[in-house]
Amino acid sequence: MDFLSILQIFDSGTRLATPLLFACLAGLFSERAGIFDIGLEAKILVSAFLAAAVATQTGSVWLGLIAGVSASVVFSGIHGLASITFRGNQLISGVALNFLASGLTVLIGQAWFGLGGRTPGLKPAERFLPLELPFAESLSGVPVFGPIYKELISGHTLLVYVGLLMVPLSWFILYRTRFGLRLRAVGENPAAVDTAGISVVKLRYSSMLIAGILCGLAGVYLSTGLGAGFGKEMSAGRGYIALAALIFAKWRPWYALGATFLFGLLEAIANRYQNIDLGGFIVPVQFMQALPYILTVIILAGFIGSAIPPRAGGQPYVKER
Amino acid sequence: MTLTQKFLGAAATLALTAGAALADPAIIFDLGGKFDKSFNESGFNGAERWAAETGGTYLEIELQSDAQREQALRRFAEVGANPIVTMGFQMTSVIEQVAPDYPDTKFVNIDGWANLPNVQTISFAEHEGSYLVGMLAAMKSETGTISFVGGMDIPLIRKFACGYAQGAAAVNADITVIANMTGTTPAAWNDPVKGSELTRAQMSQGSDVVFAAAGSTGLGVLQTAADEGILSIGVDANQNYLHPGSVLTSMLKRVDVAVYNAMMAGDALETGFFGLGVAEEGVGYALDEHNAGLVTDDMVAQVEAAKAAIIAGTLSVHDYSSDDTCPVLNF
Repeated sequence: MDFLSILQIFDSGTRLATPLLFACLAGLFSERAGIFDIGLEAKILVSAFLAAAVATQTGSVWLGLIAGVSASVVFSGIHGLASITFRGNQLISGVALNFLASGLTVLIGQAWFGLGGRTPGLKPAERFLPLELPFAESLSGVPVFGPIYKELISGHTLLVYVGLLMVPLSWFILYRTRFGLRLRAVGENPAAVDTAGISVVKLRYSSMLIAGILCGLAGVYLSTGLGAGFGKEMSAGRGYIALAALIFAKWRPWYALGATFLFGLLEAIANRYQNIDLGGFIVPVQFMQALPYILTVIILAGFIGSAIPPRAGGQPYVKER
Repeated sequence: MTLTQKFLGAAATLALTAGAALADPAIIFDLGGKFDKSFNESGFNGAERWAAETGGTYLEIELQSDAQREQALRRFAEVGANPIVTMGFQMTSVIEQVAPDYPDTKFVNIDGWANLPNVQTISFAEHEGSYLVGMLAAMKSETGTISFVGGMDIPLIRKFACGYAQGAAAVNADITVIANMTGTTPAAWNDPVKGSELTRAQMSQGSDVVFAAAGSTGLGVLQTAADEGILSIGVDANQNYLHPGSVLTSMLKRVDVAVYNAMMAGDALETGFFGLGVAEEGVGYALDEHNAGLVTDDMVAQVEAAKAAIIAGTLSVHDYSSDDTCPVLNF
């Protein structure tokens, strides 16, 4: 394996990790505020659909982006309504949203475009195209750094860079601002936050709003950055992998980057080397494809130490009994 | 027997005969969906052609999950649809269970292997069609590396890959063929993002022509090939128009003809095994205005020569599904 193919695998891993990263950060904000979000998958799906549908109708990827993110925020709002205002079971609400998104996207897509739930293929203006960073060509002659810059760092779509920026931003918001402190507190001990005179409901809703926006970006990237159009069930379980990555990351932004990148990388390796030959013994492709899931089980079984979720996670807050 | 019972019985008989007299054909689309621009859509086009020519109507369902297979098949058989056309090998085991219960109904299974007195099983010689497009790919490749993206990893898809590799090797003995499968579950037919990543991975290994036999996943392959400026080959239906100038050709599998013929035959449908190869025009390669600039007359002449040799029997293409091995390609 030469240097260039290693770079290409990392490049592919970065692309594949981006939707996971957005979704993982969305889950991070939501769960840090004490709301389990099984419905990440649903939000990715609706935003991927609406982004592609609006982009193809209007010819503008930016309108698609707005539409996709709005759809995800609406779903987040429904989840918030069910689990904050009406104090319903958060897992059930999330699962219900997943079913809703899976059916709704295909139903509306079929009625709208008549292509069996798919949107028409997107033209270049309706997609996020790869950005060539400045000096990528001229620096490519520089040893080691040149190819790294050209192959790995340059040539991604805008949303990939936005995703990477979201990591320090999330860290800053959660750990260096008053809002972040309160958000984390509301996931650990909402009663204490309430005693201090801060609205638990408001905090939790704002966490849902942030989660909606981030998850929306994951979906938008999927249908207008990675792919060119929406296909039914195109999220392909990425919302669930993001949840696994979230546990793996122990609900921390920088760890989330590492965890999602690891999953992206594993997928890239499985794509590139479908059968790995280890001197006489061939690792079958099925094993490579199952590896992210196997790894999750192994890692969660104790390799990362204990992953302790926010203490008030999953419980609706009741002021007085 | 009371009078009421007699009346009820008579009414029931009448209802049954009325149902049988209708005898609309039915078609069951598989998980890829009716508009996959490929296998299922080709079947849909055949059914639509039948409807347009005869003015008849047909029943249809798009399966959403594996659990619906038996239910859908039984429902169509119960309402008296005849014949019932099913798309894809995954219906075979269900037909084997259901068909004996409805001996008067004729079933058609495309790509299957059910062996029952009231079932018509149609198989295509995909290896022959793939051989022809493999030749075109090898003639067009400048890097000496071409690739293949399959959908679900099953013998049928390996049959495509193996024929493709043989055709390529016939043109250029030193050619490298990279073959990748999208997955091992039916979801592999519906993952354009993965198809796109596989294509990029193959490109980085030098491939400049990619053949997709992967249902909707293939749309991602064709899209990426167009974005990155390499050539692609479509499958089942003619997909040349999707990205004019980038799709080299399409491996045609005339599912539409098979469906049309089955619906035309109606109750008089012949049962048993039918193989459609190059000779029967069941498989082939697509030439139209969208790829006219990509395929030269010389290339066509070579492929036509191979086609004639296959029909004449002087050239035989190894069929992967006959012995589960491929002489020129390691999976």
